[in-house]
Amino acid sequence: MTGYIFRRILQAIPVFLGTTFLIYFMVFAMPGDPLLALFGDRTPNPAVLAQLRAQYHLDQPFIVQYLIYMGGLLRGDFGISFSGEPVTEILARTFPVTIRLAIMALIFETILGIAVGLISGLRKGKLFDASSLVVSLILISLPIFVIAFVAQYVFGVWLGVARTTVSSTAPIPELIMPALVLASVAFAQIVRLTRASVIETTTLDFVRTAYSKGLRTRRVVPVHILRNSLIPVVTYLGTDFGVLLVGATITEGIFNVPGVGNALYQAIIRGEGPTVVSFVTVMVLIYLVVNLLVDLLYGLLDPRIRYVK
Amino acid sequence: MSQTLTDLDRPLLEIKNLQVGFQTQRGLVPAVNGIDITLMPGQTLAIVGESGSGKSTTAHAIINLLPGSGRITGGEVLFDGQDLAKLTEHQMQDVRGRNIGFVPQDPMSNLNPVWSIGFQVEEAIRANGIASGKDVKKHAIQVLKEAGLADADTRMRQFPHQFSGGMRQRVLIGMGLSSRPRLLIADEPTSALDVTVQRVILDHLETLTRDIGTAVLFITHDLGLAAERAEQLVVMYKGKVVESGPSREILENPQHPYTQRLVAAAPSLASRRIQASGAALGHLQHQETDAGAHVDLIEAAENRAEKQAAPHRHESAIVVDSLTKVFKIRGEKGEGKHFKAVDDVSFSVERGTTMALVGESGSGKSTVAKLLLRLEEATSGRIDIDGANIAPLAGRDLLGLRRKMQPVFQDPYGSLDPLRNIGNTIAEPLLVHKVGDRASRRARVDELLEQVALPSALATRYPNELSGGQRQRVAIARALALKPEIVILDEAVSALDVLVQAQILTLLAELQSELGLTYVFITHDLAVVRVIADQVCVMQKGRIVEAASVDEVFDNPREQYTRDLLDAIPGANLRLGA
Repeated sequence: MTGYIFRRILQAIPVFLGTTFLIYFMVFAMPGDPLLALFGDRTPNPAVLAQLRAQYHLDQPFIVQYLIYMGGLLRGDFGISFSGEPVTEILARTFPVTIRLAIMALIFETILGIAVGLISGLRKGKLFDASSLVVSLILISLPIFVIAFVAQYVFGVWLGVARTTVSSTAPIPELIMPALVLASVAFAQIVRLTRASVIETTTLDFVRTAYSKGLRTRRVVPVHILRNSLIPVVTYLGTDFGVLLVGATITEGIFNVPGVGNALYQAIIRGEGPTVVSFVTVMVLIYLVVNLLVDLLYGLLDPRIRYVK
Repeated sequence: MSQTLTDLDRPLLEIKNLQVGFQTQRGLVPAVNGIDITLMPGQTLAIVGESGSGKSTTAHAIINLLPGSGRITGGEVLFDGQDLAKLTEHQMQDVRGRNIGFVPQDPMSNLNPVWSIGFQVEEAIRANGIASGKDVKKHAIQVLKEAGLADADTRMRQFPHQFSGGMRQRVLIGMGLSSRPRLLIADEPTSALDVTVQRVILDHLETLTRDIGTAVLFITHDLGLAAERAEQLVVMYKGKVVESGPSREILENPQHPYTQRLVAAAPSLASRRIQASGAALGHLQHQETDAGAHVDLIEAAENRAEKQAAPHRHESAIVVDSLTKVFKIRGEKGEGKHFKAVDDVSFSVERGTTMALVGESGSGKSTVAKLLLRLEEATSGRIDIDGANIAPLAGRDLLGLRRKMQPVFQDPYGSLDPLRNIGNTIAEPLLVHKVGDRASRRARVDELLEQVALPSALATRYPNELSGGQRQRVAIARALALKPEIVILDEAVSALDVLVQAQILTLLAELQSELGLTYVFITHDLAVVRVIADQVCVMQKGRIVEAASVDEVFDNPREQYTRDLLDAIPGANLRLGA
C-alpha cells in the first residue's frame, strides 16, 4: 500500500509542473500591461515603472519569469502581490475560509444526496421518487447565482433566519446558507447517481441471496445495497471537491465570503501572474490529494480493487 | 382428524393451484398457471423443465422473492400447514433462512463481492438466532467445514473473488443449511460447475440433507441429474405441471409427449453418435421445442452405428504437433509468473470427421481452439491445416485461413451484435472477405437460413427477438457463410436447453454429411460428445491424457481421470427399459 501511495505521489509531479506552467503562460499571454493598468488613468513616472518591472521581473522573458517563480516556490516563497502583501499571507487568510465552506458543502451534499437518492431508489416510481427527481432537475438546470439570490432573499430578507452576507471572520453558522447553495447542484447529481446505482444493485443476485438467508430489510439495505452502490458516488465526490473550491467564486461573491474566490478573481483582473499561479498551485495540490484519497476509498469499499494493487 | 397425523404423514410443502404473473406494460403475463406440488418431510423432489418453463419462478414464489414485478396471483403455498402466500414481508423474513434454506444458481453472482466469506456466513447465523457472541464464528467455521470447505477458519477472511466457483457454491450450500432448515430449495445449484465438481457437491449435499433430515426441492433442466438425485419428479412445461410421480417410473415410462421428447433428447441417456443421413432427421424444424420437433437421439444414434463401418478417406485436415502455450500471469506480489495453458499437445483430425476436445474449465481446451484459429500465437509447436503450417501466415494468407476455418462460440446471447439484424450478421463475413455483390450476398443469406432450418423472414429481425436456439442457428449460419472446411465449435451447445441442444446437434451432424465439414468440438460435457464425435481427446491441466475413438473412450476408458468424468455424467448409471 505504501508503495502504491509513493507511486501516486511520483505521478503527481509532472501533473503539478504541467498545470503551473500552463497557468503561468496563460496569465502572461493576457492582453494589456498589468502595471499600466495598476495606475489607471494617470501616467506613471517611467523610472518608477522600470523599477516596478524589475522588482516583479516583468522585464524578463517569459521562461525566465517562470523559472524565477518556480525557484522561489521550491524554497517556500510564493512571491509578493502588487499590493505589497506576501502571497503566502493572502493564501493563509483566504484558504481556510474557502476550505471550511467547501467541506461544509461536501458534508451537506453527501449526507442529503445519498439519503434522498437511497430512498428514491428503494421506492422507484413512488411519490417520493417522482418529487425528488423533479426537484433535482430544477436544481441542475438553474444557474447557481439564481439559487443564491433566491436563498438570500427568502432566508435572509424575507424570513430573516440567516444573514444575507458573511462577516469578515466567516464563522460556521453564517456559512450554512452559502454552503447549502454551493452544495445544491452536486446534491442533485448525487441524488440521481445514488438512485440509479441503488436500483441496479437491488436487482443483483446477491441481494436476493441476502434475503433468502433470512436477513431483515433494515440490514440488507445498508449492508448489501448501499455499500455496493457507493462507488460511482465516491468518484463523483472526489471530482466535485475541486469544483467546490473553484465554483465557490460566484457564491463567495454573492454572500461576500472573504475566501479564495474573491481574492483569485481580483488577482486575475490585475494580471498578477505569481498570485494567480500560487492559488492554482495550492488548488492543484488539494485536488491531487483528494483524488488519491478517493482511490484509497475505492479499495476500502471494494476488496477486489484493493487486492489488484 | 389432523390431530392423529404425525409430522411425517403430513406434507411439509403443499403447493395448491399456484399462479404467478409478471406485471408488464401489456398487462399481467402469467408465468406459472396453477400448479400442484406435494413434498413430504425428508424427501427429495426435482422440478425439471427448460428455461422459461416456470420452474425457477416457482422456487422464488415459495419464499416470496420473485424478481421485479412478479407476484403470486392465486393459489396456496402451504408450508407445514401455514400459507406462505398470505404472510407479510416481515413474517416471511422469519421463515426464510430459518425454516426454508435457499441455494441459488450462479455461485459467481450470489455472494456480495465487497464482504468477506466469513462475514456473509456469520450474518446468516446471527440473523436466524442460531448462535450469538463468539459462538457465531465457531458455528460459521463448522458450517463451512460441513459444506466441504477445507481450512475454513483461515479462508473465512478471504473474499468471494478469491474463491473458485465450486468453493463459492459450497459456501452458498453452507449458508443455505446453516440453520438446519426443514426445507432446502436448490435452484440449479451446480449448472455453472464442471461435471466432476458437480458430482462431488451434489453427493455432499445429499449426505448433509439426509443427516439433518432436510427435505430438498431441486430445480434443474437436466433430466438425468433429476432422476439420479430425486425420488420424486415434477416435469414443468410452459408454466404447467405436465407430469409428476416417482423418478424411475417417469423415466422408464413417460406419459406426456413433452416428457417423452425430453427423455429421448437427453444426451446423457443416449448411447451412440448421430448419423445425419437417417430419415428420422430429415424434418428439422425451426419452431424450437414446439409441436412436432421430435428428435430422437437414441434412434439417430442407432442409424449411425450401421453407417460407421463405411470407409473413410484417410486424409488429415488438421495436424497439431507438440503445441504449447505459455501465459505470463501476475503472481502474488506482482512479479511475473508463467502458466502453461497448453502443454505439448498433439493430435490430428481427419477430413469430414468430428474431433472432440473434452475437459473441465481450466484444462486448456479453449486455448487450443484460439491457437487453431490463430487468435493467439503458440509459444512452440506446429499447427498444419490442409498440410500447411499456419504460423507464418499473415495478411491475405491469414484471411484465406480464416475463410477455410470458422468458429461458433458458446454464448448465443453475447456472440451476436444486438444492433445488427440477422441478415447483416450472416452476411458480414461475406462483406469482410469481399465475396459477391449485394444481390448474391442476399441470396447466400437465404440459402444459409434454409440450411440451418430458419425461415428467410428472419433476415430482417434482430437478435433480441430470437430464442437461444435460434440465435445459435444464426451463429452456425454465419460460420458457414464462407463455405469453410473446418468449423471450430467452442461449447457451442452448452448454453442451450436439452431439446434445443438435441436439435442443434442433429443440425450439425446433417450439415457435416451434406457439406463434408470437419468439426473440432470443444466441450466440458462428455454426454454430448458421445452423440457428436468420432474421436475424443481428453484434456487435463493443459495435457491430453487420453485420445481414442468415442466408443473406446466410453466403453474402455484407460485413464482414471476419464473414468471420473464418465462417472460424473448425471444419469450415467441409470438403465432405461425403453
